[in-house]
Amino acid sequence: MCASAKYNTRGPALIPRMKTKHRIYYITLFSIVLLGLIATGMFQFWPHSIESSSDWTVEKRSVHDVPVVKLPPDSPIPERGDLSCRMHTCFDVYRCGFNPKNKIKVYIYSLKKYVDEYGMLVSNTISREYNELLTAISDSDFYTDDVNRACLFVPSIDVLNQNTLRIKETAQALAQLSRWDRGTNHLLFNMLPGGPPDYNTALDVPRDRALLAGGGFSTWTYRQGYDVSIPVYSPLSAEVELPERGPGPRRYFILSSQMALHPEYRSDLEALQVENRESVLILDKCTNLSEGVPSVRKRCHKNQVFDYPQVLQEATFCIVLRGARLGQAVLSDVLQAGCVPIVVADSYVLPFSEVLDWKRASVVIPEEKMPEMYSILQSIPQRQIEEMQRQARWFWEAYFRSMKAIALATLQIINDRIYPYAAMSYEEWNDPPSVKWSSVSNPLFLPLIPPQSQGFTAIVLTYDRVESLFRVITEVSKVPSLSKLLVVWNNQNKNPPEDSLWPKIRVPLKVVKTTENKLSNRFFPYDEIETEAVLAIDDDIIMLTSDELQFGYEVWREFPDRLVGYPGRLHLWDHEMNKWKYESEWTNEVSMVLTGAAFYHKYFNYLYTYKMPGDIKNWVDAHMNCEDIAMNFLVANVTGKAVIKVWTFTLYIHFKVCQVGMRFRGCQALLQLARSAF
Amino acid sequence: MQTRKKYIFITFFASWLLLFFFGGDQIRRLAFLSRKKATVLKNWPRWTDRSLLKSFADPEELQSDGGHHKQSAKARRESRINIYKHSRCRMETCFDFSRCEKHGFKVFVYPMEREDPVSESYLKIITSIEESRYYTSNPEEACLFILNIDTLDRDHLSIQYVHNINDKIQGFPLWNDGRNHLIFNLYSGTWPNYTEDLGFDIGQAILAKASFYVENFRPGFDISIPLFSKEHPQKGGERGWLYQNSVPPKKKYMLAFKGKRYLTGIGSDTRNALHHIHNGKEIISLTTCKHGKDWEKHKDTRCDKDNLDYEKFDYQELLHNSTFCIIPRGRRLGSFRFLEALQAACIPVLLSNGWELPFSEVIDWSKSAIVGDERLLLQPCWIDELLAARVMKAVSISPQIIKDRLFLRESRPKFLWNTLPGGLLALPEYSTHLGDFPFYHLQHGSSPSGKFTAFIRAVSPVVSLSQPILKLIQAVSRSQHCAQILVLWSCEKPPPPRGRWPQTAVPLTVIHGRRKVSDRFFPYSAIGTDAVLSLDEHTSLSTSEVDFAFVVWRSFPDRIVGFPMRSHFWDSSQSQWGYTSKWTNEFSMVLTAAAFHHRYYHSLFTNYLPASLRSLIDQLSNCEDILMNFLVSAVTKLPPIKVTQKKQHQEAAPQSAAVSSGNLHFSQRQDCLNRFAAWFGYMPLVHSQLRLDPVLFKDQVSVLRKKYRHLEKP
Repeated sequence: MCASAKYNTRGPALIPRMKTKHRIYYITLFSIVLLGLIATGMFQFWPHSIESSSDWTVEKRSVHDVPVVKLPPDSPIPERGDLSCRMHTCFDVYRCGFNPKNKIKVYIYSLKKYVDEYGMLVSNTISREYNELLTAISDSDFYTDDVNRACLFVPSIDVLNQNTLRIKETAQALAQLSRWDRGTNHLLFNMLPGGPPDYNTALDVPRDRALLAGGGFSTWTYRQGYDVSIPVYSPLSAEVELPERGPGPRRYFILSSQMALHPEYRSDLEALQVENRESVLILDKCTNLSEGVPSVRKRCHKNQVFDYPQVLQEATFCIVLRGARLGQAVLSDVLQAGCVPIVVADSYVLPFSEVLDWKRASVVIPEEKMPEMYSILQSIPQRQIEEMQRQARWFWEAYFRSMKAIALATLQIINDRIYPYAAMSYEEWNDPPSVKWSSVSNPLFLPLIPPQSQGFTAIVLTYDRVESLFRVITEVSKVPSLSKLLVVWNNQNKNPPEDSLWPKIRVPLKVVKTTENKLSNRFFPYDEIETEAVLAIDDDIIMLTSDELQFGYEVWREFPDRLVGYPGRLHLWDHEMNKWKYESEWTNEVSMVLTGAAFYHKYFNYLYTYKMPGDIKNWVDAHMNCEDIAMNFLVANVTGKAVIKVWTFTLYIHFKVCQVGMRFRGCQALLQLARSAF
Repeated sequence: MQTRKKYIFITFFASWLLLFFFGGDQIRRLAFLSRKKATVLKNWPRWTDRSLLKSFADPEELQSDGGHHKQSAKARRESRINIYKHSRCRMETCFDFSRCEKHGFKVFVYPMEREDPVSESYLKIITSIEESRYYTSNPEEACLFILNIDTLDRDHLSIQYVHNINDKIQGFPLWNDGRNHLIFNLYSGTWPNYTEDLGFDIGQAILAKASFYVENFRPGFDISIPLFSKEHPQKGGERGWLYQNSVPPKKKYMLAFKGKRYLTGIGSDTRNALHHIHNGKEIISLTTCKHGKDWEKHKDTRCDKDNLDYEKFDYQELLHNSTFCIIPRGRRLGSFRFLEALQAACIPVLLSNGWELPFSEVIDWSKSAIVGDERLLLQPCWIDELLAARVMKAVSISPQIIKDRLFLRESRPKFLWNTLPGGLLALPEYSTHLGDFPFYHLQHGSSPSGKFTAFIRAVSPVVSLSQPILKLIQAVSRSQHCAQILVLWSCEKPPPPRGRWPQTAVPLTVIHGRRKVSDRFFPYSAIGTDAVLSLDEHTSLSTSEVDFAFVVWRSFPDRIVGFPMRSHFWDSSQSQWGYTSKWTNEFSMVLTAAAFHHRYYHSLFTNYLPASLRSLIDQLSNCEDILMNFLVSAVTKLPPIKVTQKKQHQEAAPQSAAVSSGNLHFSQRQDCLNRFAAWFGYMPLVHSQLRLDPVLFKDQVSVLRKKYRHLEKP
């Protein structure tokens, strides 16, 4: 629109300059320009359309169409895995560098088909699970397609199951990757390591310095702090939906569902069943199933047939015995069923044991102690069993559920090692969401009683009531432990009185002028506050004696993480209105103290200003009200503790009721708002 | 002209339109494409036939795990024991569990021999083990053995180096190739390589060593301990240097280091780099070249200036005034700085590649080291309480870890170790469930049970119906929170028959004790609730008082909440602790004659405190309440809580006793106070100045509106 308007103004100006003779000349000129334009237009159009359509075909290719790479028989083989590798010796952290998001960048090599010199395939091109895993990485924040910016490289060569590949040729394929460099910063995923007859506990493919995310590590092959132990994925978990079952006693106490157990173990288990009869159930493969029924979904005990994995939900504890390998897919099924796994596999490094606290979700029993299993489990208190059941299910949901969960947990662990200062905490890894919601981690958790000598800083928020302000200052300055007085001057239209007019007091007095008349200025973490304790006091509170204030400070010292104040309030659940209401009548309970006169830790100033959830702070500033309720909510939410009301002699509260009555309505709205925010 | 004009006009118009159409479109398209190129990654392709891909393993194969394997489990275990020895030891191959089955976890220390004096530090280790509850003097029932040879310093240039250890240990009949032995070591190897070789064959013994290198560390078997100095106190010790919760931390310096700069040799590359970050303002990194005898030989250009700067700052002052402290490796991986920084509440920034951090099996160091979150400043301090303050603790952690490995079902989750009050004070024998302890309710999002058990200790026979104990039972049983009443019968005469007890709404059970005062805090299985209301037979309480005190206790489940208070003070004239029952403005103890506490403290009292203290109070028939206050304050580091009461309780002196015996009783208590403080190594009691009252207590409103109105009735 703009351009054509311009033309209209320019057009008439050109016309008078034209001559009739040159008409044809002009017309030809224009036609040439026109043609040229069309040509360039077409030219510009063409390659883009080709490119975008080619992108499109890459997305929709078939796995069978990937390029084939022929491995010459003499191509190099990487060295065997180096058992002494650790992050600081074998990993190049400089590739990851410093980055503001503290996220490592992961590159995935494009898929190729490797064949030996005779054209025989080296391995299956890619399995369904590995494809899911790579897709998950590619969709995650970790992914980059720029090989030069990458910090971690994931080959697309599928080594999940060692039995489906040719070891030497796979190693050769790894060695010819473009950034292999002795396997530095390469990550391989393997779930089924080793092969008959001795079943090694780590992938046998020579891999030099590459990191291994492996299922079934033993403590001898696991390089602590370098490798990542991952679970063996159970494809059943995608097929079968097991709804979460509430914790509690179940029909069987101990259940064993594994097939093909070693006869020695089986005889141990059967002895257990003979001893404890009904409460123990030992299942085995079904021998007489009719045709068409998949044997993996059924288990039998004598002639009874059970559905697997549904039967796992009937048991409190489920045995996860080692087989030829240490890592077992059944662990995933057991966790999904919310059954507490009894892991009997000596020296097994449990999945993600670097970050997960398995003691909260499982029982590990040495193989030698198998016969005593029953009595060991009997000694676990019921409440703890219930917690373990919940924890087991949560582990499955968070870290076992899909290949995606496994892949992301693995990358997060490596990420945590590289950026330890941004690592996820123990609680973030281990606490199920229900605990995360209901628990509080008090920032002031140390049981310290601050030294009395430090004193407190009084903060008076004022607008223009100078006379009453001066009286408050004089009163407060009589308190022995006062170390500084801070007046927050919230009136921009008027300057505070001159220095000479202020009352002379024995402690330093500072006046802070604010730029905006906001209530939250009262709770701003001013640099002037040097003491831990802060006394917030209104400029009209003159009825508190210095003894009362001093005692309030002493009380605060013993409860430094609480609000300690004088006038109390209560919130109540109003059944008729179906919402929270605010109560200022004389009651037997207190849930809030007004910040018209209250001691609190200065850290809460910081929290109020920067960490207040939701838009509560803006609401308070907009309505010029309820900042005290917001503060009470904040402190209670962070510490999980109640306020402390200090007894006063004066009838201060009556005075205040009228004011609160006026603000009553607005604050109710805040209560609603806060409930949704916390 | 008109037509021509029209022509030209139209042509112009058309060409402009076309230009706009193509050009504009092109430009827009170009911009669009290039922006798209920048954001859209070349993702992993979505294969057309991805649903046809085969699974990585056949489900049958996955569930039956490759069919039957030939090797039997027993044979595999035996062959494993033969293969995985020495540097590849694990608990299941190198440790004899059977020794620990019969007698539980007992530690035997080889008896001291005259001719082999051990160093002070090693003596401290041994004494603290001998004082602990795990010690046994009988090697037959021992599960873990500790040598009497000083193995702390294995630097063979050192004076304390003990020669010919190999011959000595081979001569021990109990050695058994080191199985079930625990060896302590602080220094190993020497100039120039500082290898981690101990100079003797440790066989299959567990090594508790400072400065462990990850590769030599046998996971789940060895223990990494912090390096502590000779002056390190055995118990008690200086408290952590953190008196206040100053968040966000504002200290003078952000990052500090003061130490030697190695010019050559191992560790020099780390230390050589440190002076680069020094900026003289918030980052202080001071190095000196003065080190060893021949430093002048290697000295470089900056040495002289650095040496000058170095003298300007005091090490202790830097530690206390800095937020972060650099802990680089020395010649060995660990250094004293680590504990020093923790004690000074300075967040350690570790620059020591491959150092297996002390007690890393249980302590989550990511919470207190390296990281720069504002709340982290607070964390080191109490870990320091766990580690730095006492050798005793540092040493007793080691057996604890081993013990945890042995008794799997009783092992405690990592959470216990990393939250207050720390793993040593959370006894797994009591429970393994977090909710059963008084400390974790908030973090765990749970709350203590809503009922209490009244626990009355009766020492005199019931003769008349007006005896206070009967009134007390009735008053307590009327409380809405009361679940049951237990009477601990500690009298020679048999208790009265069922019918003589008052009729109560809650069950009343009589337990027969051993007639000792320590019975009062025995963890009876009959106590089914978290809260215990401990009462003396002379106590008189009203139902309102009990109700209110219980409500308060629910807010402070880890403390003692009660009525009668006492205080302690430092008597400088006799330079000992004094005990007072006078009315003062502060108190530090609440008598258990009428107090709520968590039942966990019964377990702690019986299992954590040494038998010597318990037998002391049994002999005196006194002081059990003082000891309980000591214990709870030592655990929580906080004072008990006093609540309102209507009547005042006098010291529970026997009614018939004369004034002289009252005095004796009092001096005994004073004596107890000092003895307990000696065992704890410091005075755990904390003073408090406040009393908790119900909200409307003494307010000028109608008594009828008050919930606990009986408190105010005359």
